[in-house]
Amino acid sequence: MKWLPILLLLPQLLIIAIFFYWPAAHAVQSSFYLQDPFGFGSTFVGWENYADLFGSAEYRKVAWFTVIFTLLVTFLSLAIALLLAVKADNVLHGAKTYRTLLMWVYAVAPPVAGFIGLIMFDQTFGPLTRLFGQFGWDFVLGVNFNDTAFAMVLVSVWKQVPVNFIFFLSGLQSIPRSVREAALIDNRSGMSRFWDITFPLLAPTGFFLLITNITYALFDTFGVVDTLVKGEPGNNPMTLVYKVYVDGFRGNDLGGSSAQSVILMVLVLALTVFQFRLVERRIHYT
Amino acid sequence: MTDTTFTTAPQATAPKRRIRWGRIADHAVLIAGSLFMLVPLLIVMQTTTVPDAEIIKHGPQLKIGNALPDNFNKAMFEASGFSGENTGVRMLLNSFILGIGFAVGKIALGMIAAYALVYFRLRFATAAFWLIFTTLLLPLEVRILPSYEVVQKLGMLNTYQGLIIPLVASATATFFFRQFFRSVPEELVEAARIDGAGPVRFFIDILVPLSRTMIAAMFIIMFVFGWNQYLWPTMITTDEGMYTLVRGIKQITQVLEGASLPEYGRSNLLALIAILPPVFIVIFFQSWFVKGLTESDK
Repeated sequence: MKWLPILLLLPQLLIIAIFFYWPAAHAVQSSFYLQDPFGFGSTFVGWENYADLFGSAEYRKVAWFTVIFTLLVTFLSLAIALLLAVKADNVLHGAKTYRTLLMWVYAVAPPVAGFIGLIMFDQTFGPLTRLFGQFGWDFVLGVNFNDTAFAMVLVSVWKQVPVNFIFFLSGLQSIPRSVREAALIDNRSGMSRFWDITFPLLAPTGFFLLITNITYALFDTFGVVDTLVKGEPGNNPMTLVYKVYVDGFRGNDLGGSSAQSVILMVLVLALTVFQFRLVERRIHYT
Repeated sequence: MTDTTFTTAPQATAPKRRIRWGRIADHAVLIAGSLFMLVPLLIVMQTTTVPDAEIIKHGPQLKIGNALPDNFNKAMFEASGFSGENTGVRMLLNSFILGIGFAVGKIALGMIAAYALVYFRLRFATAAFWLIFTTLLLPLEVRILPSYEVVQKLGMLNTYQGLIIPLVASATATFFFRQFFRSVPEELVEAARIDGAGPVRFFIDILVPLSRTMIAAMFIIMFVFGWNQYLWPTMITTDEGMYTLVRGIKQITQVLEGASLPEYGRSNLLALIAILPPVFIVIFFQSWFVKGLTESDK
C-alpha cells in the first residue's frame, strides 16, 4: 500500500518530466549555443544569442508590435465583454438567448477565426473590404502592415470577447441581491451605480481576466497571426511567439529561437507570479 | 413576494417610461453584440451554398443557393493535398481522436494524480506538488521547438501519441481535481474507512461518482481545447493523413491563394465543419461548461 500513491503519481510525473522539464531545460541550454547550420555540432557562445536579439532592430520591432497588439486586444475584449455582460445581467427577456449568442465563439479555434477574417477581408468580395472601400480606405490584407495589424486585432478581439463575457456575467450574477437592492435605493443613476458599486465588486474577476487576456494575446493568437499573414511573414506584423516559430522552423536558427523562448518563459513567469500575488490578496479580503 | 408587487404597482406609472427606454438601449447593445459575433458565421454559411464563381462575382448575398450538396461532397471526400489522404472525413476523424484522446488522457491522469496528492501522506508530496504545478506556468508555445526535438528523438512524429501526450503534459486538470477533492467532506472519507473500503474502492465507488459533474465539465472544456489545437499539430503532423481540421486550415487557405478559381464553397464548408462540433457541445452543455470554466479559476 505504501507504493500505491507513488504509482498513482508516476504517469503524470513521467509525462511532465519527458515533455515538459526536458524540453524546457533543453531550451535554456541551447540558448547559450550557436548551432552549426549544417547540423555538425554547436559551440558555446554564452550570452551572445541574447545580445544579438536585443541588438536586432527587427526583434525590437516585433516586441513593440506585440506590446501594442497585446494592449489593444486586452483592453478592447475586456471592455466590450464587460459592457455586454452588464447589459445581459440587466435584461429579463431573452437573457438566455443572448448568453448563447454571445458565447459560442469561445469554441472557434483561433486559426479558424483567422480564416473567417480572410473571408471578411477578401480582396475581391470581402464584405469588410467593400465596406471600408466605400469610405475610401483601400484595405489590403497581407500586404499593408497597418491593415493586416488591424485585421489581427479585430479577429483576436472577436475570438476573446466570449470568454470574458462568461466570466463577467458569472461575476455579476454572484453579487448578492441585497447589495444590488441597497445600491438601487442609495443611487438612482445607473452610471454612477455601476462605477461605485458593481465595478469594484467585479475587480477580482477583472484582474484574473487581465492576466488571462494578456496570456491569450501573447500566445494563443498564434493561429490568428499565422492565417492572416497568409504564410508570408515578410513585411507583415507578427507577435513574439510567431517569431520563435518562424526563426526556429523556417530560419533554422536554433540558438536564437531558443533564446527567444527563454525570454518568453521569463515573461510568463513574471506574469504568473504577479497573478498569484493578486489571487492571494483576493483570498485575504473575501 | 405578493407584498412587493403590491407596493410597487401604484407608483409604477411615473418612472415606467424612463425604465423602458433604458431597457430598449440594453437590448440594442445586446443585439449589436450578438450580430458582431454571429454575422461572420452567417456569411461563411451563405457562401457554402452557392457555386464558387458566384461568390467571386457577387460576394456574400442574401440568398441561399443550391450548391451545398456539391460543396459538401468536395469538402468531405475529395483530398486537397498531393497525397490524396486528407479528405474532410479523415480530418474530421483525426480531430475527434485528438479532442477525445486529449480530454480523456488529461482527466484520467489528473484525477489519479490529484487523488494521490490529496488523500495520501507522502514524504515528497510538496516536491511532487511543485513539480506538477510549475507546468501551469509555461504554455507549450514557449517551449515548442525543444518539445518538437524530444518527440522527434522518441520517433513519435506523425503519430497520435506524439500528437496527444505532449499536450497532456500540463497540470490544469490535476489542479482542478485537487481543488475539488479537497472540498469533499472529511466525514465521507472516515465513513468509507470504517466500512472497510480500501483506497482503490474509495476512489472508484465514492470519489468518481461524486466527481461526475466535474468530469463532464472538464471533458467539455478539454475536448474543445484539444480539438482547437493548432501550433502543435502543425509541427508534429506533416503526413497529410494525420491532419486535423484545424491543422488543415492552413492548407485550405493556401489552396485559396494559389488556384485560378479558388474553391471558396469547399474551403468555407471545411472551416464550418471545424467550427460546428465544439460549438454544439459548448451550446448544449452550456451550464456545465460555464460552471467548469468559471470555477477552475478558484
